Amino acid sequence: MMATFRALAEPNRFQIVELLRSGPRPVGDVVNRLGLRQPQVSKHLRVLSEAGIVSVRVDAQRRIYELRPAPLEELDVWIERYRRIWEANYQRLDVLLEEMKAKQKKRLRKKLLASGSDRPKQNGGAHR
Amino acid sequence: MKNTGMLKVTAPTDREIVLTRIFDAPRAMVFDAFTKPELLKRWFGPRGWSLDVCEVDLKVGGKWRFVMRGLDGTSMGMGGVYLEIAPPERLVSTESFDDHPGESVVTTVLVEERGKTTMTGTLLYQSKEIRDAVIKSGMEHGAGESYDRLAELIASNG
Repeated sequence: MMATFRALAEPNRFQIVELLRSGPRPVGDVVNRLGLRQPQVSKHLRVLSEAGIVSVRVDAQRRIYELRPAPLEELDVWIERYRRIWEANYQRLDVLLEEMKAKQKKRLRKKLLASGSDRPKQNGGAHR
Repeated sequence: MKNTGMLKVTAPTDREIVLTRIFDAPRAMVFDAFTKPELLKRWFGPRGWSLDVCEVDLKVGGKWRFVMRGLDGTSMGMGGVYLEIAPPERLVSTESFDDHPGESVVTTVLVEERGKTTMTGTLLYQSKEIRDAVIKSGMEHGAGESYDRLAELIASNG
């Protein structure tokens, strides 16, 4: 984790990772997009690669860099974020359910009141 | 608001994600909230996203389709087919995202005890790679917030 933070602490490297989030890219593409010099980009990519953040494959003459799928221990980090997003989601559902319960209670009370006020009239009114 | 217990998320096998949470309501209500569009629109989706399209054909073989829209206009579509419908306790459907390969099978089981409902949602993916890709893409859509925090942390360390 520390290696990851250190690798990302350099603003240009952070930018490279941001760029690669949209998909694999050849080095030249990264150079053009970020307006950095090629040796600089290559150096940053080497650091990122050593930290296990990006991987490289050679396609014809080009070296293509991409973000590596998160190693196993990092899945926990992703899961924690996923959990937070869905927890926020379910908290909205909590609010909705409270509302639904309140409505149902109201409906039941109305029904009870209605049957309560009907009965004396029907039962009492006819014979007296 | 009553605290009904936080969401638990686990990855018990390489191809699964399991979500568990308790809701302070009878399961018939929870089942409705999961299957009725007018209710789904009130809660479903990451913060800041609205559920613009919510179509539910609640029968076995029937389709469901959601499209969420973010504040910046980005949209994210998902959908699937219902495989099993047993209100108020069990719902099984397929689920896939428009911009991602791979389909998962989502099984939602609702167990009620003393007026509270325990929901267990199991997402079963075709492969570990697809599962990991879906989790990550979900993050990218919904977790701008936490990514910003990471950037801050890095800035303060550097």
